[in-house]
Amino acid sequence: MPTDTPPNPETSPERSSGELIRFEQVTKRFGENTVLDHLDFSVDAGKHVTLIGPSGSGKTTILRLLMTLLKPDEGTITVDGKKLFPASEKERREARKQIGMVFQQFNLFPNMSVLRNITEAPVTVLGMSKDEAVERAKGLLDMVGLADKCDARPSQLSGGQQQRVAIARALAMRPKVLLLDEVTSALDPELVAGVLDLLRDIARTTDITMLCVTHEMNFARDISDQVLMFDAGRVIETGPPEQIFNEPENDRTREFLSAIL
Amino acid sequence: MKWDWNAVSDFMPHFWDGLLVTLQILVLGSLVSFALGLVWALLMRVPSRFVTWPVGVVTEFVRNTPLLVQLFFLFYVLPEWNITFSALTTGVVAIGLHYSTYTMQVYRAGIEGVPVGQWEAATALNLPLKRTWTAVILPQAIRRVVPALGNYVISMLKDTPLLMAITVLEMLGEARLFSQQNFQFTEPLTVIGVAFIVISYLASLALRALERRLAH
Repeated sequence: MPTDTPPNPETSPERSSGELIRFEQVTKRFGENTVLDHLDFSVDAGKHVTLIGPSGSGKTTILRLLMTLLKPDEGTITVDGKKLFPASEKERREARKQIGMVFQQFNLFPNMSVLRNITEAPVTVLGMSKDEAVERAKGLLDMVGLADKCDARPSQLSGGQQQRVAIARALAMRPKVLLLDEVTSALDPELVAGVLDLLRDIARTTDITMLCVTHEMNFARDISDQVLMFDAGRVIETGPPEQIFNEPENDRTREFLSAIL
Repeated sequence: MKWDWNAVSDFMPHFWDGLLVTLQILVLGSLVSFALGLVWALLMRVPSRFVTWPVGVVTEFVRNTPLLVQLFFLFYVLPEWNITFSALTTGVVAIGLHYSTYTMQVYRAGIEGVPVGQWEAATALNLPLKRTWTAVILPQAIRRVVPALGNYVISMLKDTPLLMAITVLEMLGEARLFSQQNFQFTEPLTVIGVAFIVISYLASLALRALERRLAH
């Protein structure tokens, strides 16, 4: 499982056959503040990668760049060989089809029923027939344990239920990559386990690639093939979770982990 | 001063005519202002100064000049360029245009009030821009602005008598005509005053019912 070579900013990383996501020399600044500094890294298809690090270290920025919610100042980002940056709007739309995202605040559409939240994009973006989209949405709702909530409005659901709908909505687009941005941080503590269990199931039973920013270190340990430790816009340590969590080599990693564990 | 019920009953046929015209102005004027205001608000979001600058100047101009002046302008000046409408049509256009410059600000606030996460979710699902607007942003924005739009409807109701100045016989016009012909001012003016209160009240009830229905 954890066979990836650590990304090395000094040499151009070799393109492995299963490589799905690739950041090359990506720089992102917010004003004077450089959040990502000539970052190189890649993720192989089917891997579950967790990004950890202190806040402001650039983890969430990476997810937001991949989702094209932000634009890099420099560098290239590719997904499944398709350019995300730099690219035309049309190329970007095409490449973006491979990617789904689950947000900290769920971001369900409050003006739509739960079912329509899930069918909207498959029908309008993928051109799926309404019947097929509804059938698949019901299957997904069943999987996330909310088969009886089809007609509910998001506001009638608990935070944990909303987040499970948001996961179903992202999966309905059949993305190759699922981005998880602190998906349990906005939840009441008693609701966290249900969402994490669902994600563990998805990680175990599908071949979807996951990129995950989380403060749930036990969850990270469970599902990750690889952990990337970020500090000041760079990957300072990478490895399988056992190694990062049990025998971190970098002092900053040790400090960070002892502060949060 | 005596109150004369006969004057009231004599006035009533004229009152109903005036009421009908007032309601026409109100309903059509509201529809014009709702539609046009949304157009202005959307044009102001086009990322080009060649669009936002002229729209901004025109709407700022209309908002900051008196409705009465605009009524006179449309009614007396446009015919000189061989553009003629009936007095009622001119009045509806003027009042709708005038209020659209207010409703545009209401829409703008409503659109800006939709959380940025909704845009991000739409991007994450790869929804086309047009679909993002029609299925996600506008339904939420409009629901937010219904109370504010409703207040402008009531405000507009109170401006409908201005159309009297361009010969439209709405309620005040009918009352004045009746008063001048019969030298009885108290009764017709009281009747239309009560009518304005009743319409405002019914409109606010309807508005509250609509707000409740739109809550989700």
